[in-house]
Amino acid sequence: MNRKSVLEVRRLTARVAGVEILKGIDLTVYAGEVHAIMGPNGSGKSTFAKVLAGHPSYEVTDGEVTFEGRNLFDMAPEERARAGLFLGFQYPVEIPGVTNSSFLRLAYNTVQGARGKDELDPLEFDDYVQDKLKLLEMDPAFLERSVNEGFSGGEKKRNEILQLAILEPTLAILDEADSGLDIDALRIVANGVSRLRSPDNAIILVTHYQRLLNYITPDYVHVMDEGRIIKTGDKGLALELESRGYDWVADEFRSRQAA
Amino acid sequence: MDTLKSTYLESLLHGQSEISPGASWLSALRAEALECANVLAVPTTRDEDWRFTDLSPLYKATLRPSIHAAEVTTSMLEPWAIPEAESRLVFVDGVFASDLSLMRPEDGVLVSPLSSALGRHGDRIGDQLARIVAPGDDPFSAVNTAWLRDGAVVLVDAGRDSVHPIHLLFVSATPGAAVYPRTLVVAERGSRCTIIEDFRSLQQDAALTNAVTEIAVGQDAGVRHIRLQRENASAFHIATCGVQAARDSRYSNVNISLGARISRHNLNVRQAAEGTSFEIDGLALISGRQLADTHSFLDHAYAHGRSRQLHKCVAGGAAHAVFSGKILVRPGAQHTDSAQQSRNLLLSDRAHVDTKPQLEIFADDVKCAHGATVGQLDAEHVFYLKSRGLSEPSARDLLTFAFAAEIVERIGLPSIVKHLEDALVHRTYGKEFR
Repeated sequence: MNRKSVLEVRRLTARVAGVEILKGIDLTVYAGEVHAIMGPNGSGKSTFAKVLAGHPSYEVTDGEVTFEGRNLFDMAPEERARAGLFLGFQYPVEIPGVTNSSFLRLAYNTVQGARGKDELDPLEFDDYVQDKLKLLEMDPAFLERSVNEGFSGGEKKRNEILQLAILEPTLAILDEADSGLDIDALRIVANGVSRLRSPDNAIILVTHYQRLLNYITPDYVHVMDEGRIIKTGDKGLALELESRGYDWVADEFRSRQAA
Repeated sequence: MDTLKSTYLESLLHGQSEISPGASWLSALRAEALECANVLAVPTTRDEDWRFTDLSPLYKATLRPSIHAAEVTTSMLEPWAIPEAESRLVFVDGVFASDLSLMRPEDGVLVSPLSSALGRHGDRIGDQLARIVAPGDDPFSAVNTAWLRDGAVVLVDAGRDSVHPIHLLFVSATPGAAVYPRTLVVAERGSRCTIIEDFRSLQQDAALTNAVTEIAVGQDAGVRHIRLQRENASAFHIATCGVQAARDSRYSNVNISLGARISRHNLNVRQAAEGTSFEIDGLALISGRQLADTHSFLDHAYAHGRSRQLHKCVAGGAAHAVFSGKILVRPGAQHTDSAQQSRNLLLSDRAHVDTKPQLEIFADDVKCAHGATVGQLDAEHVFYLKSRGLSEPSARDLLTFAFAAEIVERIGLPSIVKHLEDALVHRTYGKEFR
């Protein structure tokens, strides 16, 4: 089978404010795959997501990451986005004064331009975005509001997935896409993500709970603890974590280390 | 007063005697103002009110009074047209230009140059002119009044609702000219009007605009006041606006300062009776070596006054923005409800903001709040936009635009909002802010 590698992470270490958070991560993601990264709070899941997107507060201290064959750390955050890497934020920021529609169009046209594709004028973009709104059961009135300003938690998360749908990245990293969602919003977000799955792209779901994985079946489930991936399994692992918690995985890892 | 400064005032007052006398009360007023101008010292940074704003470049500039207006054609003013406004008075270097002006009067609304309004409305004008901003208040107002020969007059009769905004366009057209725009607005009981004061340059050299605006808002009346200062980056712009608000009246002001090398805007809004409402919004967006100074004074002298103020400064390059916002709640002004916000954005290490909110409360049953922030663009916001593909400069520009647009949107007149937003895009997307 001739699989296309989207992301290769080797021995990645990173720190924030002088504290080492990631302590050697290895991960390979191929096109068409969905990976779930789970783990207790403080295990480094969100840090890993932010490092991949290029957040300036995190310093990469060692290791290599290639994204579609290119050295990710040679690319500025905006270049990563244009190349097809997308981070869905755990806490999307509010930007008063910028309407969602102009923000989405600016982002879309910037990314399209970088891919050598045609940009859309406001009317064309409006047509394009309407279909995406339906996918996420979003009211078109969303477009006229300031970016995330006054949005409920669920609305912000849906707005993130709307951006995912609009930008059509090769690799989507969704950081706690399910946190703060009620059951209806969770279903909408999860269905939206599922419908964006294709053989050409890949998704990394960073999540604390298993419930999102009821809707989006992962190919791999990784457990992170103390800045490392300590166990990898299939979706059965997620169910096991749901019933048994995380401690046993850490114990198992430590006894394996000791041996 | 040192020699330099008296020379400065003298040079500006030279030629004042050539002004045609007009009504006798007006001559008396000018004479009184001249006396004030001769007595009052021009301010220096030793004066508390001018601590942050050094006027010495103005005092060193060679300026002369403008006697003859420059040639200006309608097509030169075309880009500045405000389609919503039916009436437009144009003053070129302080001189009324009838051929450039449009007067489509509504019933009960007089929009006229002072010179032609004096005949029929002399009494109404005489009752108000130089009462709200007195010549003795400060030397610049004194010089303006000493030079008073024309100006814009808007008189709205009781109960009249002036539907269309009134555009007062003051054009600086002669390099080195010192000009004295003057505006008087009287909104009688229960009337409504919207006034746009618009200061522009048609030339790129230093010049002085020394403007005075007086607005009397009658009982139950409402005045919306939009003030746009977009003079060239060499200009000196000093302006005082006095507002007197009668019982249960409403006054709203949006002031936008984008231009001038040194600008100073004094806005003094006084409650003359109970139950008034003030909405005061300001934006100074400057770069290079510009200085923009706003001094506002909201005087809650009676009970049941409400005021809301939001002032924003955006300073790039080596620009210097100043905001001093005084709110005075006098004894007896019970149930005053006042809130003031000063928000400031610094876009470079060399930019500088001085903000000085001052709340003075002498009544015990009031609700007053104020706050000030000075900061840079939020790094999380910039990263969020970059993670969506925007370059660092476009992310910063978009956030700067958004910060400023909040004030611009409050103008509420689509053509001005659009025009200013385009100007903001041009300014923020230009290199000068970085």
